[in-house]
Amino acid sequence: MKILVCISHVPDTTSKINFTDDNTKFDTNGVQFVINPYDEFSLTRAMWFKEKQGASVTVVNVGGAETEPTLRKALAIGADDAIRVNAVPTDGFLVAKELAEVVKNGGYDVVLAGKESADYNGQMVPGMLASLLEYNFVNGCVGVEIEGTSASLEREIDGGEEKVTSSLPIVVAGQKGIVEEKDLRIPNMRGIMMARKKPLNVIEPTGASNSTSTQTFEKPAPKGDVKLVDNVDDLINLLHNEAKAI
Amino acid sequence: MSVLVFADSSERKFKKTAYEVVSYGKKVAEQLGTNVIALTINGGDASELYAYGAEKVIEVKNDLSSFNAKAYASIINQVAKNQSSNTVIIDSSIDGLTVAPLVAVSLEAGYASNVVELPNSTSPFVVKRKAFSNKGFNNTEIISENKVIGVAKNSYGAHENAVSGSTESFDATMPDLGVNSVSIDKATGKVTISDADVVVSAGRGLKGPENWGMVEELADILGAATACSKPVSDLGWRPHSEHVGQTGKPVASNLYIAIGISGAIQHLAGVNASKVKVVINNDPEAPFFKAADYGIVGDAFEVIPQLIEKLKAFKQA
Repeated sequence: MKILVCISHVPDTTSKINFTDDNTKFDTNGVQFVINPYDEFSLTRAMWFKEKQGASVTVVNVGGAETEPTLRKALAIGADDAIRVNAVPTDGFLVAKELAEVVKNGGYDVVLAGKESADYNGQMVPGMLASLLEYNFVNGCVGVEIEGTSASLEREIDGGEEKVTSSLPIVVAGQKGIVEEKDLRIPNMRGIMMARKKPLNVIEPTGASNSTSTQTFEKPAPKGDVKLVDNVDDLINLLHNEAKAI
Repeated sequence: MSVLVFADSSERKFKKTAYEVVSYGKKVAEQLGTNVIALTINGGDASELYAYGAEKVIEVKNDLSSFNAKAYASIINQVAKNQSSNTVIIDSSIDGLTVAPLVAVSLEAGYASNVVELPNSTSPFVVKRKAFSNKGFNNTEIISENKVIGVAKNSYGAHENAVSGSTESFDATMPDLGVNSVSIDKATGKVTISDADVVVSAGRGLKGPENWGMVEELADILGAATACSKPVSDLGWRPHSEHVGQTGKPVASNLYIAIGISGAIQHLAGVNASKVKVVINNDPEAPFFKAADYGIVGDAFEVIPQLIEKLKAFKQA
């Protein structure tokens, strides 16, 4: 089993979100970047396949050199090697097309990703990648087992869960449940030392084009202060007459 | 060039988001000076979509028992080509979010998800999308000729706009499914978090799972779904399926009531798309008060029973 795990390099959830250059760029000043939390669930599941079933695990990111510490962290968690496609990830379609080349060239039969990134929350790349590769696709995955060339999976649906089966090759977009929070791994010193020696291959992009482009960013309108009330009658009255919510 | 809207359904009933995307699609078609067509796959009664402005409904009926990504993407693609639709609008149900990127690839379309408003302009075609867990928006231009728009849940809203519509059936060819459904496990008769107008959510302030009776009673009166904070699901007090927040389920309800939840950033990231937020917490310093619209500083064990009693009277009045 050859697993490729797609890793997004995203601002930590606690980051302040600001924009610069006339609101055309995300302001990275003072922002701490991390492995996208949704990807981390899928990466952790990949580690399980490596340890229990002898899978090889490669991590990949489409981005500039500034994303390499995030890939090194994935190597410290236990991935075997890393690939960085040296391109600016301007939109989901471009990223998916670049990743599709990596998958084809590497012959990966299982591609794991998070169902969305914590920055743009687009939920685009895994599905696009599956479609470009004509791989099977399971989104919102909360459980996966693989035996030989077949997989049994659980995925979230509106109001419940569905059990499905699929043949390989497959793209799986995971979320919490594919592993639990307590299964996530903090890299130890040995892992961090070893990660420095693992291969991180930088490859040049195929030159795929984007089909959307961000014009400007904006922040939400400032929220008014909370209205505090000291009894439930006032609350019901406000919710009914002012907020029209009940 | 028409606008095609995929109206998602489950067990032959349209999802709430189906009415929202039909309403949205009707307006986009007006902006573009064209007509709107709604596509249903084993869906509900087409007349329910006429009520939201669908002039034409294309029905696909087959023996698929539930959603399948490849099959749905292929059907949407076939109908879009058949109807010369270059703009396809899809909801943000889990099915919608799953199928939209596949449709985008098959139509070689630029795809913008999480769209919260009608297009700012149609030439260039620019839409406003939420990003950064609702802490920002980006205005995205879709450059390509074909376009797929994913409408964020409960953002545009469903707007009644009755037209006299017509229905056609369409015979779609089916691809190899690839992924096969084995079983579906769905709570019956319960309001789901994804569909609820009101969500009642509780946290560690409730002290233990034995105290959830009043949360459920409150939810019951409001026709609400119940939810919980991450620590509560981690402790096993409530099932994981109720965990809302960044790594749990997203909430975009009209009303979100948080009881005994302090409001960690990760929690707020998942729930702040809700329109009206009410916080009940005995700690006036709880960060959630800064993100809320209405609040009561008080002990949940006193406030909630009073709220239940008064709401019962209010609902009867």
